[in-house]
Amino acid sequence: MLSYIARRIGALVVILFGSSFILYNLAAISADPLEGLRQSTEPNAKALMESLSRDLRLDLPPPLRYFLWLRGVLGIFTGNFTLGETREYQNVMTELGTAIPVTVRLVFAATIIAIILGVAMGIVSALRQYSRFDYSMTFFAFLMFSLPIFWVAVLLKQYMAIEFNNFLSEPNISISWLVAISLVSGIFWAGVISGNKRQVALIFLGVTVATAALIWILDAANWFIEPQLGIIGMTLLSVATAYGITQLSTGVANKEALRSALAVALLLGAVGYFPMQAVLEFSNKGLMFLGLLVLVPLLGFIASRIFARVDQGPVMRTATLSGYVILVLLFLDRLMQAWLPYMESDAVNFRPIPTIGQSKAELTLYGDVNWWVSTLDVMVHLILPTVALTLISFAGYIRYSRGTLLEVLNQDYIRTARAKGLTERTVIMRHAFRNTMIPLTTIMVADFAGIVGGAIITERVFGWTGMGTLFNKAITGFDLNLLMGVFLVTATLAVLANLIADLLYSALDPRIRVGSGK
Amino acid sequence: MSIEKEVMPGDKEDAIRNKETEGLSQSQIVFRRFVRHRAAMISVFVLLSIFILVFSALDFSLGPIQIPGWWKFSYLDTPELRFEDCPGGVTGCPTLDMIPFLDGDGVVVGQHPFGQDNIGRDYFALVMRGTQRSLQVMIIIGFIAALIGTVVGALAGYFRGWIDALLMRFTDFIIVIPAIIIGSVIGYHIGNLGAIFLAFYLGLFAWTGLSRLVRGEFLTLREREFVDAARVAGASSRRIIFKHILPNAIGVIIVAVTLLMAGAILLETALSYLGFGVTSPDVSLGLIISQYQESFVTRPWLFWWPGVFIITIALCINFIGDGLRDAFDPRQRRKLSLKDKLSGKRAADVEGSTK
Repeated sequence: MLSYIARRIGALVVILFGSSFILYNLAAISADPLEGLRQSTEPNAKALMESLSRDLRLDLPPPLRYFLWLRGVLGIFTGNFTLGETREYQNVMTELGTAIPVTVRLVFAATIIAIILGVAMGIVSALRQYSRFDYSMTFFAFLMFSLPIFWVAVLLKQYMAIEFNNFLSEPNISISWLVAISLVSGIFWAGVISGNKRQVALIFLGVTVATAALIWILDAANWFIEPQLGIIGMTLLSVATAYGITQLSTGVANKEALRSALAVALLLGAVGYFPMQAVLEFSNKGLMFLGLLVLVPLLGFIASRIFARVDQGPVMRTATLSGYVILVLLFLDRLMQAWLPYMESDAVNFRPIPTIGQSKAELTLYGDVNWWVSTLDVMVHLILPTVALTLISFAGYIRYSRGTLLEVLNQDYIRTARAKGLTERTVIMRHAFRNTMIPLTTIMVADFAGIVGGAIITERVFGWTGMGTLFNKAITGFDLNLLMGVFLVTATLAVLANLIADLLYSALDPRIRVGSGK
Repeated sequence: MSIEKEVMPGDKEDAIRNKETEGLSQSQIVFRRFVRHRAAMISVFVLLSIFILVFSALDFSLGPIQIPGWWKFSYLDTPELRFEDCPGGVTGCPTLDMIPFLDGDGVVVGQHPFGQDNIGRDYFALVMRGTQRSLQVMIIIGFIAALIGTVVGALAGYFRGWIDALLMRFTDFIIVIPAIIIGSVIGYHIGNLGAIFLAFYLGLFAWTGLSRLVRGEFLTLREREFVDAARVAGASSRRIIFKHILPNAIGVIIVAVTLLMAGAILLETALSYLGFGVTSPDVSLGLIISQYQESFVTRPWLFWWPGVFIITIALCINFIGDGLRDAFDPRQRRKLSLKDKLSGKRAADVEGSTK
């Protein structure tokens, strides 16, 4: 195994050398940094050209210049690693250092949401193969495949930002919108939860009426100006979460798991709602989140010891998972409480959804804001790019998870599982879903790496200054060092992700063995 | 000895399916399956219509061939801006009216069906020209990538050994560079030489995924018995590759090239949008969107029409690719409709009774 990894890493290094050599020469040949000066009529043009040629070492042919660049990179072994300087004499490393976190922030949430939604939709789609829901999902996925992101972005800016801000200045949902939203959600859920005709009709009616009622209540309570879950909402959601998670992981028939999940969820979300509010104000946020992350499994463990005598593992898992969902809800609730102060601040002035940028610098201009308000500011700036990126990338997950699950469901061991009388939930969640996740994991890893390069257009459209901006600058300014810096990051990520995906694959699927010769 | 064979439901379905494919060659079976894929057939129809519309509307020249178009404006003309009956005092709104029953004046094409841009250029002509360019770029990229990818993959997969190692390492080198990066590097400097050049160069770097796929296919196929038989019979490598292996790998290639083309049209629009692709005064769909995106609020048609064309084309190609994949996949089983089951049941019954 170790020798396999060593061999692979050796191959990676060779690949990185080769591809950087190709790109460097390609870029060097196709660009002429002196072009602007050649046509210039200024008297000192010749001197400028000479000094530029000296700085960029244009006296050397591109392949040799590549080795000059490479010497800086190989300095990693001798301790004087450098990626060179940009045309503005900035260190490429520092430029990358400021750009990478921005891009990661941009793509991180979108990728996570795309994975969760895409896999969920794909699985439902596969379970209802050849249903109307399946066909609509297939069509939807293909539509998303075909959408240029810059086109979607313009639509989002208009309808999710400008029009939505207009709506927020006078939040009144008209009857026609109410009916439309309710009908759509009714149709969607009737497609997801299928049954015989009577059941489908009942689900459709129920969901439609419930959605309409919910929107009406939210509207009446002025929720869009002062959103919050509150203790009532949190209590209801805690119970729902505990039921939902238990149903998915062990089935509600397992009373011990249900009780533990309910106990943990209610302890955090309902009984502990007000104490938790105080905890969330703790000044060291990193420490606080770390503490909460450790606390939840502890609670799950205690609950499983109290409620279950045998088989405590799954019980603890269910309770812990519910606890984490409640934590997320609590976090959202606290953010919602920051909504009104955020809207009222002079920098925002009741138009909260921005169309461009990564945060509002003016926010801190008018006095100090607390951590939650500034986090909310970052979040609202993330909304549009995240939606756009999610829409584009989750179609792939729908198709892929659907295809994989269908393949798995045709396997003999699924038939065996059904034949020995396991419930459908156990068959799907424990036998089929887990095996579906194996190839999916590898895709996800590759996706995480690829998306850093793929965010170039998104950054441009939404005015973020991350890797995409650097790349843009590099191309338009004939800046080879900068271009190679950006490339080195994306390419290294890509090849490493490939290696990790292969290793993960063999770790998750015992049928696949790597390193056992060719 | 005669043991009555119990007819299982599965057998019956098999019988229906076998009935369908009896006496047909592989390509006929594939064609039949494809024709039955409704979404793919609609897509073929729509795509063909777009092709005909786009390439006949404007003057089209390819070397010595000059075909005059039927549309009255060229994409460079700047006729006068139309002021009449535009809502909100905007100039140059579209005259196309496709909904006959709402205002009662029937379907009207009018002077400027897609409207005019802010300096009066006819938008129908612009969109037609842009679509022409985007389609040309797509086809050239697809063709070159298919050619190189197939050759590289076939050589590597068939000869293995050092040829394989050499070709695949080279493929690895290129595959690591993201398409958008390589496209921008090339496009920014080659884009002003014209869209055809751009497409040609992009095609030179777009074949890597395909070559890996073809190599894999060749590696499995070359171990099959019919290849051994051909080799024993004294066939040359060239003959084995072209006559025996390639026809069996063609399904994978066609599907991959189709999907590659769907990616190519999006890549071209993205590059042009970034300013690294087709450059003004030439027109492509991505370029028009990028030029007019600011006017979405005042002149929404400038935004919608090119978008509709990009999406429709990409969507059609994706669906055709999907249909082709299903048609070429031997494991693919069509869901039998009720009608099939009824007519097939009879066929199976008849078969069963004559056995």
